Amino acid sequence: MVNLIWLLMLSIGILTAAVSGRIDTVTDSAMKAAELGVEIAIQLIGMMSLWLGLMRLAEEAGLVRGLARLGAPVIRLLFPSLKKDSPALGAIILNLSANILGLGNAATPFGLKAMKELQKENPDPETATPAMCTFLALNTSCITLIPATMIGVRMKMNSLHPTEIIGTTIFATGCAMTAGIIADFLFRRWRKA
Amino acid sequence: MSVIAEISRWAIPMLFFVIPLLAYLRRVPVYESFVAGAEDGFKTGVSILPFLIGMLVSIRVFIDSGALEILARFLYPLFSWLGLSSDLTSLIPLAIMRPLSGSGALGVASQLIEQYGPDSMVGRMASTLQGSTDTTFFVLTVYFGSVGIRKYRYALKLGLIADFVGLVASVWIVLKAFY
Repeated sequence: MVNLIWLLMLSIGILTAAVSGRIDTVTDSAMKAAELGVEIAIQLIGMMSLWLGLMRLAEEAGLVRGLARLGAPVIRLLFPSLKKDSPALGAIILNLSANILGLGNAATPFGLKAMKELQKENPDPETATPAMCTFLALNTSCITLIPATMIGVRMKMNSLHPTEIIGTTIFATGCAMTAGIIADFLFRRWRKA
Repeated sequence: MSVIAEISRWAIPMLFFVIPLLAYLRRVPVYESFVAGAEDGFKTGVSILPFLIGMLVSIRVFIDSGALEILARFLYPLFSWLGLSSDLTSLIPLAIMRPLSGSGALGVASQLIEQYGPDSMVGRMASTLQGSTDTTFFVLTVYFGSVGIRKYRYALKLGLIADFVGLVASVWIVLKAFY
């Protein structure tokens, strides 16, 4: 599915540019996108190093294990395939907490760490496990308490109540997350049958 | 509300204060452990680079060529046939852009908010939508790429289902809460 989407976006984009007489934009966009990819990766290296460094300290101090034990009952409901003392639990909890608090740049390092731990328990390293699918569904639809960027944009545009969208955002992410969890449950059922 | 904002503001400094201190008290060699952990960050960053570039190139070409706008224009009649007002259809480009590109969606959302006003119906919906769903393609590419997964199974469908529900919920709750 990813291969098809990738091909469709690329080829439809090129055809559209060709028909509308703007074929130059293709070259331009492709090169800019490649540069942007490097920029994002470099930024991520900084963020990852910072947070994974801190996480190592928390691990060695026994804090991550404590946190994992605390959140395990809920998390294990969502990830029935994980082992009870899986090292992925701590990283998953840290990732979701960072997401909820709106600490976007801390969420990614913890999330990638969780993926690494999940991959260690994966019998087929090229195919996603059900736990990974669950994790990504939670991750992309996670409840957001503070949509900080949008509040900033609204302030800049002179909104009378820049924060009035907090409630609606919490509701919408709550719905998305619930739908993600239910759909994940159904997909897992359906694949097994 | 302000309580949560304060928590967000203090969370990071407190983490960087408390965790190293506790680790030191438990006899962890704090500086050396930090460096050892940070090393992983570099490896991960490098390993996701090709996946990022591959996905970004395809997405940018699709958006910059105007194909996204054409797709949105195709959807307008469908949505007005479904009984949605013309205000609501102005959200379609944002809804398509949101899972593809974080910065692109932020641009579209900001433009909508500027055009309609932050306290208008469209402005509130755009704010809620932009704040509530994530860049599904980006997250999937980076997360799966970092560990070498090629077959995503149903992960993409899950993400898009959640995005769609987020879209419908954003529109509905703004109508309910403000009108």
